[in-house]
Amino acid sequence: MTHGELIGRKGKDTVSIPVPQIDIPNFRYGDKEQGGAGQGDGKPGDPIGQGNEQGGEGEAGNQSGEHMIEVDLTLQELAEILGEQLELPKIEPRGHKTLRSKTDKYSGIASQGPNSLRHFKRTFKEALRRQISTGTYDPSNPVIIPIKRDQRFRSWKADVRNENSAVIIYMMDVSGSMGDEQKEIVRTEAFWIDTWLRSQYKGIETRYIIHDATAREVDEQTFFRTRESGGTLISSAYKLCEKIIQSEYPPQDWNIYPFHFSDGDNWSGEDTRFCMEILEKSLLPICNVFCYGQVESRYGSGQFYKDLKEFFGPEHDDVILSKIENKEGILQSIKEFLGKGK
Amino acid sequence: MGFASYSTELPPELAKMRDEVLAYARGYGLDPFETIFEMVDYEQVNALAAQGGFPVRYPHWRFGMEYDQLSKSYEYGLQKIYEMVINTDPSYAYLLKSNAMTDQKTVMAHVYGHTDFFKNNAWFSKTNRKMLDAMANHAVRIRNYMDKYGQDKVENFIDRCLALENLIDPYAPFSPRARAEDENAVKPDVQAEEPGRLRSPRDYLEKYINPPEFLEAQRKKAEEAAKKAKKIPSEPQKDILAFLLEYAPIEAWEHDVLSIIRDEAYYFAPQGMTKIMNEGWASYWHARIMVEKAMKDSELTHFADHNAGILAMQPGKINPYKIGVELFHDIEDRWNRGKFGKEYDDCENMQLKAKWDRNLGLGQKKIFEVRQACNDVTFIDEYLTEEFAERMKLYTYAFNRRTNQYEIADRDYRKVKEKLLFQLSNRGQPYVYVTDGNYQNKGELLLWHKHLGLDLDVKFSRETMKALSEIWRRPVNVETEVDGQKKLYTYQTGEFTEKFL
Repeated sequence: MTHGELIGRKGKDTVSIPVPQIDIPNFRYGDKEQGGAGQGDGKPGDPIGQGNEQGGEGEAGNQSGEHMIEVDLTLQELAEILGEQLELPKIEPRGHKTLRSKTDKYSGIASQGPNSLRHFKRTFKEALRRQISTGTYDPSNPVIIPIKRDQRFRSWKADVRNENSAVIIYMMDVSGSMGDEQKEIVRTEAFWIDTWLRSQYKGIETRYIIHDATAREVDEQTFFRTRESGGTLISSAYKLCEKIIQSEYPPQDWNIYPFHFSDGDNWSGEDTRFCMEILEKSLLPICNVFCYGQVESRYGSGQFYKDLKEFFGPEHDDVILSKIENKEGILQSIKEFLGKGK
Repeated sequence: MGFASYSTELPPELAKMRDEVLAYARGYGLDPFETIFEMVDYEQVNALAAQGGFPVRYPHWRFGMEYDQLSKSYEYGLQKIYEMVINTDPSYAYLLKSNAMTDQKTVMAHVYGHTDFFKNNAWFSKTNRKMLDAMANHAVRIRNYMDKYGQDKVENFIDRCLALENLIDPYAPFSPRARAEDENAVKPDVQAEEPGRLRSPRDYLEKYINPPEFLEAQRKKAEEAAKKAKKIPSEPQKDILAFLLEYAPIEAWEHDVLSIIRDEAYYFAPQGMTKIMNEGWASYWHARIMVEKAMKDSELTHFADHNAGILAMQPGKINPYKIGVELFHDIEDRWNRGKFGKEYDDCENMQLKAKWDRNLGLGQKKIFEVRQACNDVTFIDEYLTEEFAERMKLYTYAFNRRTNQYEIADRDYRKVKEKLLFQLSNRGQPYVYVTDGNYQNKGELLLWHKHLGLDLDVKFSRETMKALSEIWRRPVNVETEVDGQKKLYTYQTGEFTEKFL
C-alpha cells in the first residue's frame, strides 16, 4: 500500500486525504536511487523538488500516469471519525459562555419578502383557503390562482447562541535537533488536535510559538517550516505563552489549551526548574490542561519528560505527558492528550 | 460496469469531420487502420481507461481502483482523458462527448497518427489485432473459473500473476530461435561411450588423432554439457512467465489464468516500448493536419492553447509528447537539409554546421522510415543529438540524500542520453532472469537480477517473491547485488531472508 501524506490541502471546511492505493508488487528499482532525466531550466545542483506527480492538462494516452488521489471529508466528519476511533470523551467546557455566535435560520413564514424566497406550497395553500372560504373553488375544476395577499415567503430568524471559546497555544522546539521527521509528526498531531477541539468548541483560536533559546510567536506556516539551530531554553516559550494568555485571553472566559512539543532536551537543569515554576504558578491554574508531547529524535535526551513526570507526579491530572516515537504513535498520543475530557 | 447502453454513433457533423481528417491524413501518406470512433461520456471513458481501453475485461479489483482514481481526478479537475485508442484492426477510438469541436478534430487527427503507428510500426507487428475478442474470451474463461472455484480464489491467483506480469521478454516474439535452441540444448549426446572421439581413417593414426588427454578433455566437455542440459533452463531465461507455464506445478485452470496474463502482458508490451515515438508521431500529425489543413481561423487560439497544454514540460519529468514530436521535427529537418552522414559529423565548424543545407528534402521519407523501424530505445539512441539535448534543455537529476531533494545533476548530453536509454530499455524495470528451476537440487527456483547499477527495492522484491513462491510452490531465491555486494534473497514459506554470497 502506498500511504500518502496524512493530510493534504485544507479548504475552508473540508480536508483532503490522499487515498491509500494498493500497489501490485513487482521487481522494481529502489525509488530514490533512480534519478532520471528531465527538461527545463536550471544549473547542476539546482533542486527540482519532488517533481510534480500530477499530469497537467493534456491528452492522457492509453496509460494513466501516477497521481495522488484524495477524498474530501468535512472537518466535522473527520472529528467524528477521530472521536469514535479513539473513544474520546466530549469535553466539559468551563468558564462563562461568552462568545456569542449568530446564525440565520430559515424557520418562519412571512407575508412579505423577495420572490426568490417565495414558499410555493404555503402560497397555494393560502390561496386554496381563500377560494374555499369565498366559495370560488370548484372541486371538479381545481384551479387555484393565488393573488398578491396569498403569497407567503420564507423568513429567517437570527439565532444567537452563547458559546464556549477556547484557545490552543502550540509551542514547538525548533532547535537543531528537531528534524523534518519530527516536525512532520508535530504537524500531523497538531492537525488532529485542532480538528478535535474545533468539533468541541464553536469559537476557537490558535496561536503558535516557536522557540530555541528564545521564543517568538509566528503564523501557522512558519510554525511548521522553521528550522533553527542552537540551544534550547524551554522557559522562554512558557514565558511568552503566559504573556499571551494574560494579555489576550482572560481565563474566566476562555478554555486554554497549551501544547508543547519538543525532543526533550533543555539547556540546563536550572532552566527546567524555572519551567516547572512557571507551569505550576502561572500556567496550570489558568489552563484546562497542559500537554507536553515528546517527539523521539536521534539527538534528544528525552530528559524533560522525566523531569516533568517527576515534578508533577500522577496526582496532577492537568499535566498530560506523552511520548511520540514515530508516526504510528500519533494516534495513541492524541488519545492520551484528549482522552481525559478536559 | 455495464457497457450495453452505449449510444456511440458519431453525430453527422463529427462523421463529416472524421472523413475530412482522414482524407487529409491519407493525403500526407499516413496509412492508418480503419478507425471506429465512439462517443462516450466521461464516466464511460474513465471506465474504459481503467480497463486499458477494452470494454470487456476479466473481473479484477484493480480495474475498479483505477476507475475510482480516474473518476476522482476527473471530478476534481486534476486530469482529463481527451482521447483513447486501442491497437486493434479495426481500431477503436473513444471521443469524449464534452470535448469542444476543435478538440474533437484535433483528437481525430491525433488518433489517426496512433492507428497509423499501430499498423506500420514493426514492434506492433506481432500483436493480436483481434484483441477485443481475445480480451472478451479471457473474461469468459476467468468468469467460468470464478464460478467453478470461487471468486476469491481466482482473484487471489490473478494478484499473484500480476506481480510477475513484467517478467516477460518483449523481444521474444521477434526471435523464434529462443525456444528452439532451448529444446535442442536439452538432449546432447550424453550416453555416447566415448564422447568426442574423432573417426580415424587408419588404426595406426588412432593415438595421434585421439590422444588420451584429448579424449579426457572431450569427456569433460560432454559432462559439462550434460550438467548444463540437466539444468533447467539451459540458459538464463527472461520470459519467466513462460518458464512457469512450462514447469510450475500448477493446476490446469491456474495454468490458463497465467497464460491469459502473459498474453495480455505481451499485447501491451509494445505500447510501453514506443511511448515516446507513438505519442510523438500522433502529436506531430495532429499539429500538421490541424495547422496546414483542418483548422478554421476561429479555432486557432483554442487549438494553440490545448496543444501547448499537451506539450508542456514539467521539472523532473520527460513529457513523451514533447520529446517525441520535437525529435520527429528534428529528424525531418536534419534529413531535409542533409545534416547527417560522415561529412556532416566530421565538420567541426559549428557555424557551418548550424547553417548546413544540402537541399536534400528527405525529411518526410526519413520520418516514415523511423516510425516503421524504431522503438523508443533505438529512436533516442540513434537520433538524439547534442544540439537537440541542448535545445530541449535536457538534464539528468539525482536524489541528494543530504538535502532530501532531487537535484539537477548534469547537462552533458551523453549522460542524459544514457539515463534516458536506461529508463527506456526494459521499460525502466530491472532485468530478472530465471537461471535454475532445481536450485540446490531441492526444486527451488533461482532467479538472477542482472545488476546494472541500481539495487532492487527490497520491500517490493519480497512481495514479488512471495507471489512467485506461491505459484512455484517451493522456495524462491533471487541473486542480486546490494551496495556492490552480491546477495541472495530467499523466500521460504512466509519467511524472507537475505545473505551475502
